[in-house]
Amino acid sequence: MTTTFAATMASIAEKFKSAVLADSDGVADACIRVEREELLGLATELAAKGFDQLEMVTAVDYRDRIGLIYRLVSATLSASLVVRCDLPAEQPRVVSLAGIWPAADSQEREVLDLFGVAFDGHPCPKRIFLPDDFCGHPLRKDFESPTLIRRPDLI
Amino acid sequence: MASLGKTDSASDSALGYSTLESGVGNVILTSADALLGWSRGQSLWAFPMGTACCAMELIAASFSKFDFDRLGVFPRQGPRHTDVMIVAGTITEKMKPVVIRLYEQMAEPKWVIAMGNCAISGGIFYYDTYSVVRGVDQFLPVDVYIAGCPPRPESLQDGIVQLRNLVRAESVSPGVRYRRRTEIPLRTAPAPTTPAPAEPASAAPASAPSKDPA
Amino acid sequence: MPDQEFNQELVVNVGPQHPSTHGVGRILLNLDGDIVRKAELIIGHLHRGIEKMAENRTYLQVVPLTDRLDYVGSMYANWAYCRAVEKAAAIDVPERAEYLRVIVCEMQRIASHMMSVGSSGADSGAFTVFVYAFDLRERIVELFEQLCGARLTYSYVRPGGVAFDAPDGWADAVLAEMRKLPTGLEELDKLLFGNVIARGRLKGVGIMSTEQAIAWGATGPVARGSGVALDIRRQDAYSVYPRIGFDVVVGDNGDAYDRARCRLLECFESVRIIEQAITQMPEGPILTDGIPRLIAPPKGDAYARIESARGTLGVYTVSDGGAKPYRVHFRSPAFCNVSLISRLAPSHVLSDLGVILGSLDPVFGEVDR
Repeated sequence: MTTTFAATMASIAEKFKSAVLADSDGVADACIRVEREELLGLATELAAKGFDQLEMVTAVDYRDRIGLIYRLVSATLSASLVVRCDLPAEQPRVVSLAGIWPAADSQEREVLDLFGVAFDGHPCPKRIFLPDDFCGHPLRKDFESPTLIRRPDLI
Repeated sequence: MASLGKTDSASDSALGYSTLESGVGNVILTSADALLGWSRGQSLWAFPMGTACCAMELIAASFSKFDFDRLGVFPRQGPRHTDVMIVAGTITEKMKPVVIRLYEQMAEPKWVIAMGNCAISGGIFYYDTYSVVRGVDQFLPVDVYIAGCPPRPESLQDGIVQLRNLVRAESVSPGVRYRRRTEIPLRTAPAPTTPAPAEPASAAPASAPSKDPA
Repeated sequence: MPDQEFNQELVVNVGPQHPSTHGVGRILLNLDGDIVRKAELIIGHLHRGIEKMAENRTYLQVVPLTDRLDYVGSMYANWAYCRAVEKAAAIDVPERAEYLRVIVCEMQRIASHMMSVGSSGADSGAFTVFVYAFDLRERIVELFEQLCGARLTYSYVRPGGVAFDAPDGWADAVLAEMRKLPTGLEELDKLLFGNVIARGRLKGVGIMSTEQAIAWGATGPVARGSGVALDIRRQDAYSVYPRIGFDVVVGDNGDAYDRARCRLLECFESVRIIEQAITQMPEGPILTDGIPRLIAPPKGDAYARIESARGTLGVYTVSDGGAKPYRVHFRSPAFCNVSLISRLAPSHVLSDLGVILGSLDPVFGEVDR
C-alpha cells in the first residue's frame, strides 16, 4: 500500500463514521466496510479521490445477510479497493451507484436479477438474464425451483 | 439406404418413426422416391441454430478446412431457405420459444439435428441449473443426435451423412419407409416456472407489432 | 395520411438468432428512418447458471464449467479460475507450468482475435477475411489438439499447474507455426484494413472517448482502442509476464476500426511473447505435488484477474472451509463490454449496428454465464 493511498484511505475512514477500514482481504489492496446509509456518500468521495474504474459489482448470500461487493481500481493511485456493504436478507434495498460509475448499470441489474437486491435510483431496474416473470432469485441459497435438479453427492 | 428401408416395424412408432405395414412397393413411386430422396439428400441446406460452444465447431465445419459445401450443406441464415435445423448449443427456457418459432418458419420437408450434449440432454448443464432445457427433443422432433461436448466437425459431417440416409429412405408413396414425426412432441420435463415470453423474437429484423419496447 | 404517421419511431427487433449479433443477443431498436435513436440490449438467452452450478461442485469439478464460459477462448477462464483457487488455497505453481500457461493463453489470444477480426470483416461486407482468419485460427486449434486432445473445451489449466506436459516436438511445432504466422497476419491486415470499403465501414463508427471507456467499464481491446493503456498483463504483472518483453497496443480514435486493428496488432505481440516464453521455458514438473483431490481452501475470499482476449477477466471465490466453493463469481469482460452497445449505437444508421456490436466482440457464453 503506497503512502498516498494509505493517507487517502485514512481520511475517508475518518470522514464516514460507519466506515471501517481493513487491510487486504484477498480481493483488493484494502477493504472498507460501510453501512448502506453512507454508501452513496462514500462512493461519491471515492470517485472524487481518483477511483474512476468500477471493476466488479457482485453479492454473496450469507444466509443471514446479503453482502454486496464493489471492487474499485484507481489508475492514478495504482491501487485497488473493495467496498463491502451488508444488507438484510429480507427485502434487501440499497442505493444505485450507476450515477457515479456508469459501469455499475448492467452489473447492478445482474445482482438484482440473481439476488433480488433492489437498487434505488437505477436507470433500468429490471431483470437482465432471466425472463421478467421468473419466480425467485437463483443465487440465493434458499432458492428452490421445479426446474432445478440437484446433483447427487458423489464425492 | 436399403437397410434403413427394412427396419420398418410397428415398434418404430415409439421412436417417432411412424410406419405403415402395407402398400410398400409401387414401381412408379419407388423411382420417384429414388430421385426425390437423392436430390433432397444431396443439398441439405442448414439453418445454423448455433447458441453456444458447438456453434464454433459448426462454423469450423463450414469453413475451408472441413468444407461443408462438398456435402451439399450450405448454411443459410434465414429459416425459409433451409431444410435442416442444426441445433448447436445449450437451449435455455428463454431461448426455447425462439427456437420453436424458427422451426415453425422452416418450410416442409424439414429435419432437425441435435448437435452436442447440451442439445441432446442438457449435457454438463443437466444438474443444478434452473434455466436450461434438458434436451432439444423435449420440444422439437429430432432426427439425428450427435454426441460430443462439442462434437468435432467430422462428427457433424458424419451426422449429415446419417441424415442423408434417412432422407433417402423417405417415400412419397402411401407405404412409407421412413416418415419423420413432424408434430412438436409433448413436453415431458417438469412444468417450467417461467412461461414463455409473450413476444418471442423473429429471425430477421422485422418491425415488431408493439410500439412499446419495454 | 397525417404527418405524424411519418414521424413515428419504428421499433425493430434484431435477434436473438441473427447473423450480426454474433450469438444469441437481442437488440430492440427505436428507429427514425434508418437512424438508431435508442438501442436496448436484451441478453440472457444463454444464461445457464454456471455460478449456481459451481456451488454444488468441488473446486476441481468447476474447471470444465469454466471452459464453457468464453467458448472462443476457453484457456482464459480456466486460468483465471485456477489463479483464484491457488490464491485461496495457497497452492504454488511450478515454473514450467506458468510458462506453459502463458504460451497457451497467448496462442488462445491469437485464435480468439482471429475470430473477432474475421467477423469484423464479415460485418463490414468482406466475408473473405473471415475465411482467411479462420484458417489461421484453425492452425492454432490444431496445436491445442496435439497438446490436450480437445479442439475447444480444453480444461488444460488446473489448480496447481497444467493437465499435461507438452508432447515431444510440440514446442518446436509451435515455434515453427509462430514463424509462419506473421505472414498470414500481415496478409490479413492488408486484406481487411487496407481495403477501402472495410475502412469506410469501420472508421468513425461507434466512437468512444478515453474518459467514456474508463467510466463505462470497458476493458481489453475495447478500452485500448480508445487509448486507455489498460492491460492486466502489465499492471498486475502476474505469472511470468514481467520476464517477457511486449508492447501494449493502443488506438487513437476509439472507433470500430481502432478496436479491430488493436486486436490484429496484439496478435503480433502474442507471437513475440510465445517465442520468448518457449525459449525461456525450463524443464521440470508441471503440477505441484500433493494437491488433494478435494481442495478445501481456508475460510475467506479470493480474487484473481487476468487479461483475456476480451479484457479483464476476474474470478471471485468465497470459501467456507468446505470442499465446494460457497460462491464463485466471474467478472466477465464480454458482459461489461457488450452493455456499451446501448450507449454507442444511438445516432448511427442501422447497418452500422452490426459493425459496432462486432467491434465489442461479445461471446454470449461469457456474457450470460
